[in-house]
Amino acid sequence: MKLIFSYLKPLSRMIGFGLTIKVLATLFELTLPYILSHILDVVVPTHDIWHIVLWGGAMIVAALLAMIGNIVANQNAAKVAREASRRIRHDLFAATMHLTSRQTDQFTIPSLESRLTSDTYHVHHFIGMVQRMAVRVPILLIGGIAITLVLDWRLALVMIVTLPLIGGSVFLISRRGMPLYRQTQKAVDGMVRVVREDCQGVRVIKALSKEEYESRRYDAVNRKLVACERKAGITMALSQPLMTLFLNLGLVAVILTGAYLVNDGLSMPGRIIAFIQYFTLMSGAMSAMTRIFVMSTKSAASANRIAEVLAAKDTSRKTTDEGAVATDDAFIVFDDVCFSYNGKKDNLSHISFTLPKGGTLGVIGATGSGKTTLSTVLQGFYDIDSGSIRIGGKDIYAIDKKALHSMFGVVMQNDFIIADTVAENIRFGRDISDGAIRRAATLAQAADFIEGFADGYGHQLTAKGTNVSGGQRQRLLIARALAGDPEILILDDASSALDYKTDANLRRAIREGMASTTTVVIAQRVSSVKHADHILVLENGAVIGAGTHEQLLVDCAAYKEISDSQMGGAFLE
Amino acid sequence: MNKQPQLKNAQGALGTQAPTGKEKIRVLARMGKYLLRYPKTVLLALFLMLTSNLLALAGPMLSGRAIDAIELGRGAVDFDTVWLYGSLLIAFYTISGLLSYLLSILMVRLSQKIIYTMRREVFEHLTSLPVGYFDTHATGDIISHISYDIDTVNASLSHDLLHVLASIVTVAGALGMMFSISPALVLVFAVTIPVSILFTRYKTKRIRPLFKTRSRKLGELNGYAEEMLSGAKTIRAYSREDVIVSRFDTRNNDAVEAYFQADWHGAIIGPSVNFINNFSIALVTLFGGILYMLSTTRTDLAPVFVLTLGGVSAFVQYSRKFSGPINELANIISELQSATAAAERVFRLIDEESETADTPDAVTLTDVQGEVDFSHVRFGYTESKTILHDLTLHAAPGTTVAIVGPTGAGKTTIINLLMRFYDVNSGSISVDGTEVRAATRRSLRSAFTMVLQDTWLFCGTIFDNITYGKENATMDEVIAAAKAAHIHHYIESLPNGYDTMLTDDGINISKGQRQLITIARAMLAGAPMLILDEATSNVDSRTEQQIGSAMKRLMQGRTSFVIAHRLSTIQNADVILVVKDGNVIESGNHEALMKKEGGFYKALYNSQFT
Repeated sequence: MKLIFSYLKPLSRMIGFGLTIKVLATLFELTLPYILSHILDVVVPTHDIWHIVLWGGAMIVAALLAMIGNIVANQNAAKVAREASRRIRHDLFAATMHLTSRQTDQFTIPSLESRLTSDTYHVHHFIGMVQRMAVRVPILLIGGIAITLVLDWRLALVMIVTLPLIGGSVFLISRRGMPLYRQTQKAVDGMVRVVREDCQGVRVIKALSKEEYESRRYDAVNRKLVACERKAGITMALSQPLMTLFLNLGLVAVILTGAYLVNDGLSMPGRIIAFIQYFTLMSGAMSAMTRIFVMSTKSAASANRIAEVLAAKDTSRKTTDEGAVATDDAFIVFDDVCFSYNGKKDNLSHISFTLPKGGTLGVIGATGSGKTTLSTVLQGFYDIDSGSIRIGGKDIYAIDKKALHSMFGVVMQNDFIIADTVAENIRFGRDISDGAIRRAATLAQAADFIEGFADGYGHQLTAKGTNVSGGQRQRLLIARALAGDPEILILDDASSALDYKTDANLRRAIREGMASTTTVVIAQRVSSVKHADHILVLENGAVIGAGTHEQLLVDCAAYKEISDSQMGGAFLE
Repeated sequence: MNKQPQLKNAQGALGTQAPTGKEKIRVLARMGKYLLRYPKTVLLALFLMLTSNLLALAGPMLSGRAIDAIELGRGAVDFDTVWLYGSLLIAFYTISGLLSYLLSILMVRLSQKIIYTMRREVFEHLTSLPVGYFDTHATGDIISHISYDIDTVNASLSHDLLHVLASIVTVAGALGMMFSISPALVLVFAVTIPVSILFTRYKTKRIRPLFKTRSRKLGELNGYAEEMLSGAKTIRAYSREDVIVSRFDTRNNDAVEAYFQADWHGAIIGPSVNFINNFSIALVTLFGGILYMLSTTRTDLAPVFVLTLGGVSAFVQYSRKFSGPINELANIISELQSATAAAERVFRLIDEESETADTPDAVTLTDVQGEVDFSHVRFGYTESKTILHDLTLHAAPGTTVAIVGPTGAGKTTIINLLMRFYDVNSGSISVDGTEVRAATRRSLRSAFTMVLQDTWLFCGTIFDNITYGKENATMDEVIAAAKAAHIHHYIESLPNGYDTMLTDDGINISKGQRQLITIARAMLAGAPMLILDEATSNVDSRTEQQIGSAMKRLMQGRTSFVIAHRLSTIQNADVILVVKDGNVIESGNHEALMKKEGGFYKALYNSQFT
């Protein structure tokens, strides 16, 4: 909630304007029943038709003013909501983009996604609604009570007693109902999961003739969901009839009390009619208040989830170490690097190696052996726990993050293609000329198929690159990495979908076209790393073999085993 | 798994157009049938609705009478009458409240019954649909049919329908009451109601497209956010945060602007409708005041114009009751419209053709030896694009058929035909001499064991997942299968062993381990023939070795169709099918293919060793 206020503060003048208008409009609305009773009790007995017409005209004018005021105020509210949520969403997105990798891991991507989408939506909706209703409701209530007290304080007391009953009962019922709706949502998720699984696994299900089994599995979640929905529905079913009943009984009380007051000369029958009007207005306000309450708890939760992300501070390590003098022989240096994602088990333990400028490092090992982790800490995405990483002699934590990242061209595992043109996917928002893009595509062995598209580099790709093959996707990503002419190129499982021949051509092109670039190749195929100057064999985060392909074939049993099993591995992929 | 057919409707459920005219009526009638399955409940609901509304409608009239008794003034109030109507009011309102509570409960129960049946029908129909349906429809769409669409239909059946009926009763009842109080005053509505209806119709027509734009823009924004978040690491690696944020801003501006436009125009409706109501009340007060005055002063007034003070009060209350539903008319109509559109989508799914039923004289394959013949098979997913032109092949029991070719070349087509996920266009496929179409699907499919690259595990324990192909399997059998699949040790190392739940957000098991579990499942199912996809990308070499050896064990003694990647598998296969661009371009064993001068296989094979 604090978050919402902090964004509304700069808009306070606009809000103030809207609220003032809203208050006036609501007050005009409140005068209507008052005029009604005035006409019936005071004007009619004067038997002056023009007088009646005059007051009737006053009613119409008041209604008109109320309408205009409400429209202006509501439109103003829409403007405020637009400005506030534009800023909130911008800040939130910018914050998610600048989170450290560790923070992203902690929040998880799906959670960040829902904060950006549904949470900002709820907040937007709420900011609009709260301006439209949250003012109107208290004014209707307070103003209504004030006017009725002036009109006839005895009758007003009857009303004041009944209103909390209406508000309270609706409030209590919704509070009981809300957790039930949460349960229902969970049950919906359960049902959706079964349907999703079955859509994806339809071949397996049919192959094993498990249709009936799946129907039974579905029936269980369906029953559970229906039970939840029924319970929530029945709980909430009480609220509307109960509210109406209290309102109607209150009206009866007003009439009965009124009868005695009129008899004692303390009131007039027209006032009773006005009270019936006020009562209807105010009980509507009471139920609106409950709605506001339900919405505000929901939005407060959303706002908090947004605030959490905005509050995340950059906690990554920075050192001022200027380091040793750079030598071309020791361009990238890992010195006894240890790193753990969760602080329990080392994902990298005591890794050391030195890579000269323009050299190629091959990294091979099983899934989970730490290959990708090695590349992420090299790029400074995570803080290592001990040891040091130096690039060009400088500790990477002493290098500005932007400057550090600009040294790299990276293809990650399962890297992403944006829904844009081929050229833009290679350019990736950088300032890169068309010529450089073509050159990168040629080096990446992608030029042929790109030029095969009718619209060439202007060819539109779908999100995740579903309209190109796996091999084409990988070549585009490599072109992206090469296009920035990086000092360091990291290829993490970047050519696994390429056939042997293309892979070989690619390696040659990079060797010849990007001779000064230092390259780190991470792969599961021996063929992808065997030409590297230095190969690390990783297992459980530790180096179990290091050297050239030929050395490792002699020294490292694990490496030889992998190599032998892959003799035909690349065939015909 | 199969990439040939394009997704028909990637737009999602909301993108489809609403049905029109006759179709709408048919859809409505079909929706009504669900209600008619519970005729007694529906009748009871109608009765409750009618009684409770009529009782509530009497309220203003009774209170008017009471006020007339009060009007007599100081010291003259007729308390007997006041108390009479007062008690009647209490009784009427209480009973009406009680009935409407009962009605709500009844409707919740009824609608849950309907929604349960609908969901079950849709799901059971889903399981009967051919695989092709799932290849051509996005999972998200199917899910939205079974959740969102059915919810919409149900909300409309259980709520809107009743609401419409209740509104009709209220409007007609209030109008009747107003006529009985003062026919002259009713004329006020002859002015305000048409204005109100025309105004809301005009406005909603203008605003609806704005709301559509609003959801579209919001959808675009969400899609963009989703896409960029999934690539956050890459964006960071290239330091492109600022560029991406500014692109996000463009979409964000569009989205908030579209929201604003809809809001801005929408902001007019509420207060305007409210004004029309207040306006009619003002007119009622004005003319009612005049009539009331005339009634008290003149005795020669025509009865049409006579109006008491209680009459004014009752009239004002009725006018509120009367205009309420009329103002909501536009809302209800649009809700009904979206409900029929949703219902249409649900019915379209239910009407989707099921897999053709087995022929009545279909034989049950038993004791399958595993002899498979393709004879002049021609097949294409669509009429226009034939994939297999004239495929003939013979696989003797226990032999291996290796299918090789680049990704996306149509290797899975052959598997689709073997399993009868699709039927051939011409030619025939037979197993042990029986044409597959003459056999029951169940027995044909259970003659095969399938291990695919897209490992499919469902949310359940590891034990449940392994025994999926063989219910009632014992723990010993499961352990034996897991051991053969080299996954037993891993499973044992988990805290809950075989009872470990596999969930999306739960334990993180690798792709390779998932594959091993599906191999264990296949081992346990133990069918005489095998369909195998050797592709194990993104699996480390150790695991790959384990998978390879597990697969080899699985292939022993079984007729195997393998989408082959390992050189050893290919070289040792009895038949190699080389698939390229959706065609089988070469077939034969390794030696035969290597002898073929200028052959594709030969060229590829040799390219490895250059």
